[in-house]
Amino acid sequence: MDDVDRKIVNALQGGFPVSPRPFAEAGAALGLSEDELIARLRRLTTSGALSRFGPLWNAERMGGAVTLAAMAVPRERFDEVAAIVNAKPEVAHNYERAHALNMWFVVSVEDPRRIGGVLSEIKAATGIEVYDFPKLAEYFLELKLAA
Amino acid sequence: MTVLDAIDRKIVAATESGLPLVAEPYADVARAVGIGADEVMARFRALLEGGAIRRLGAIPNHYALGYKANGMSVWDVDDAQVDEVGRRIGALDFVSHCYRRPRHAPLWPYNLFAMVHDASREAVLAKVETIAALVGSAARAHEVLFSTRILKKTGLRLGSA
Repeated sequence: MDDVDRKIVNALQGGFPVSPRPFAEAGAALGLSEDELIARLRRLTTSGALSRFGPLWNAERMGGAVTLAAMAVPRERFDEVAAIVNAKPEVAHNYERAHALNMWFVVSVEDPRRIGGVLSEIKAATGIEVYDFPKLAEYFLELKLAA
Repeated sequence: MTVLDAIDRKIVAATESGLPLVAEPYADVARAVGIGADEVMARFRALLEGGAIRRLGAIPNHYALGYKANGMSVWDVDDAQVDEVGRRIGALDFVSHCYRRPRHAPLWPYNLFAMVHDASREAVLAKVETIAALVGSAARAHEVLFSTRILKKTGLRLGSA
């Protein structure tokens, strides 16, 4: 990853043009040709530096709902409970974290009424309390790479 | 709130793993969906305007970019001050997400969550100290929860309903 790649990542986390030749337009603003910008984005996505290039969808604005949930899972049951949680298609991300609340996962549903159902199904299947941490407000900024 | 119709859903499906990295990506999506490129672009603009597309562009993989440590810093901030403090934390360039969420007393007194990514835990902790200095006495307590394992990670999936 060189300085040009970093410039691309920093400049293009939003605002990509919606136009017939958007890479030509975005490239011009960065001093890159259309072909070079496309080639570099291909390399950045293939190498995994970018998860992808395109729309970041907002499930809530699409009529769905998202929440963060957490559980305090006994060490000896951790893998078993992780398998139950991960098996839910509504669970998008699940992280083990170093805390008494040691399992943190994101639930994303198309029908907001399903959130409570998913959480109570997990509680019923595991016998462990599931704490719901819905987003009440958002204060947002992009990732900036040091040049 | 944007209500997605069947064509929007086809656009979501066609771009789930990103836009085609070709000179005319919207024309490619249009062919996949079976409509014209102009209509695809009009729908993208409407989806951006309505907020169904949060952002359009590069979606970085923090871990692959060398940000191997990911600390969820959580803060117990007076309810009267939490929005002001949240805006100040959210404006820091090293904070990728900052949200207000409910407390679950007594187990969980924290109502502000700020995600901090960096190369090491030490670097994350140093940044959390920067946040602590910024927040000052508005925060009664804070903790940092490091992720020790990714158990599941998937993109957005929509059903066909």
